[in-house]
Amino acid sequence: MSEVKKIATRESYGNALVELGKEHEDLIVLDADLAGATKTGIFKKEFPDRHIDCGIAEANMTGIAAGLATCGKVPFMSSFAMFAAGRAFEQVRNSIGYPHLNVKIGATHAGISVGEDGATHQCNEDLALMRAIPGMVVINPCDDVEARAAVRAAYEYEGPVYLRFGRLAIPVINDPENYQFEIGKGVLLKEGKDVTIFATGLCVCEALETAQRLEGEGIAAEVINIHTIKPLDEELVLASAKKTGKVVTVEEHSVIGGLGSAVCDLLSEKAPTRVLKLGINDTFGESGPAKELIARYGLDAEGIYQKVKAFV
Amino acid sequence: MENLQLKQTANEIRKGIVTAVYSAKSGHPGGSLSAADIFTYLYFEEMKVDPENPRDPARDRFVLSKGHVAPGLYATLAHRGFFPVEELTRLRHVGSYLQGHPDMKHIPGVDMSSGSLGQGFSAAVGMALAGKMDGAGYRVYALAGDGEIQEGQIWEAAMFAGHRMLDNLVLVVDNNGLQIDGNIADVCSPYPIDKKLEAFNFHVISIDGHDFDQIRAAFQEARNIKGMPTAIIARTVKGKGVSFMENQASWHGAAPNDEQYAVAMEDLKKAGEALCQK
Repeated sequence: MSEVKKIATRESYGNALVELGKEHEDLIVLDADLAGATKTGIFKKEFPDRHIDCGIAEANMTGIAAGLATCGKVPFMSSFAMFAAGRAFEQVRNSIGYPHLNVKIGATHAGISVGEDGATHQCNEDLALMRAIPGMVVINPCDDVEARAAVRAAYEYEGPVYLRFGRLAIPVINDPENYQFEIGKGVLLKEGKDVTIFATGLCVCEALETAQRLEGEGIAAEVINIHTIKPLDEELVLASAKKTGKVVTVEEHSVIGGLGSAVCDLLSEKAPTRVLKLGINDTFGESGPAKELIARYGLDAEGIYQKVKAFV
Repeated sequence: MENLQLKQTANEIRKGIVTAVYSAKSGHPGGSLSAADIFTYLYFEEMKVDPENPRDPARDRFVLSKGHVAPGLYATLAHRGFFPVEELTRLRHVGSYLQGHPDMKHIPGVDMSSGSLGQGFSAAVGMALAGKMDGAGYRVYALAGDGEIQEGQIWEAAMFAGHRMLDNLVLVVDNNGLQIDGNIADVCSPYPIDKKLEAFNFHVISIDGHDFDQIRAAFQEARNIKGMPTAIIARTVKGKGVSFMENQASWHGAAPNDEQYAVAMEDLKKAGEALCQK
């Protein structure tokens, strides 16, 4: 394999917005003084009249997005996950979720891969918060190809969507020519019979590498990419869990309320299975280079490998 | 509509408010009654709305940022023909579309769901922004409480609206002076409201919120203001029109019992009769 291309999904977000903006006049992008970091600045350059900088006021940005949506616009409100899902949680819940308005929330800088900024900016709770809102679609893409496809799918879907993007450049693992994205449909990346690894976001790539290592030890791990945390692909999760009988979930998010919880909610009711949840273990993050943090919190291929091996 | 007719309509709306809250055995009569004249003027004189086509894209928009005074909005919408007046007795009942706070998904004529204080005004600002982006002619009105403006989000929205010079937007502050815990000046004073909004680039008009001449003049003045949003600070009496509720913070969120309901309706009946003799 030649040099692997790496792109941060926040970059994919900005680029996808430009592509969609060319096709759709009703697409409006909102930001809260982070256009350079969320990459909506790429859109602003192309469509300055449709890029609304709300200043450092995420609660108001959320309400403005709601108001725009009631008038037929399709707003993509953008900020760091900490502020979009965290600070503005109640606004998202009451002004967007409750009236089920057609607002898309583009949340970048999710998880510990924010890196050096540390715990105050590393949101490991956003999936839990957004999952809990009735009618909210929650998507956590794993690479550039999937992220761009997810932004398009979110535009085409009528209703609120939470899109989670990262700061760190990560490998492109999907084929841009053939990749098909469907909201709520998981992607089987590698078949196996001994254990299923359900991964999401940047952990998908790490999980694939883990599976390769396990292969060398005679353990056939099935790897499934769950890009849509809600609605969960129940059929796929149940089928794989029943097949392998052992489930591991991996996410750059708290083990409380994210992918692991979603999988456990389903399995405990319909197919009780042993589940090992890998993620951030009910703790805050810290400062450091992103890749070092991912390793420190056990979410790189090596960390996942050690845990899965012990589990199987 | 002449002032007399507006007063008579407002009196009927007040009866609707009291009846709705009595039927629900809960709700917020005080702030509904203080805003009843503003509601009346907006829906019977100021706004271009069509009960037959409540989602008309060209309509004027209204957001009840102080969403807890839903009985005031519902009584007004019912009398304006958006749904039957009899429905008001179903307020807050299981299965009724008249939710405790405005629900745009199910109530004809409601332009935005609201109730969590501070949020509605931002949505109104978003609507005004959409109108500007589209070059549309509609106007957007928001009603906030004077206690509600203690919420920081109100000022985020005001800063944005002033900065963007949204002259298609009118914020009405129902300045009845009372909030749940008492006098707004004692709890955490938002005064001076006029100077604060002026500092946020609003054109500010202060009026008696129960005087239809002043209400009419204020909304007409707002239409002629260019390059900035308008704020109308309406000095009102909480519980206006019901003798025992007037200026009582305790009637912010309480329903009358059978005897109190009879007294309230008698007050309003007499007020209506007095208006008929004019």
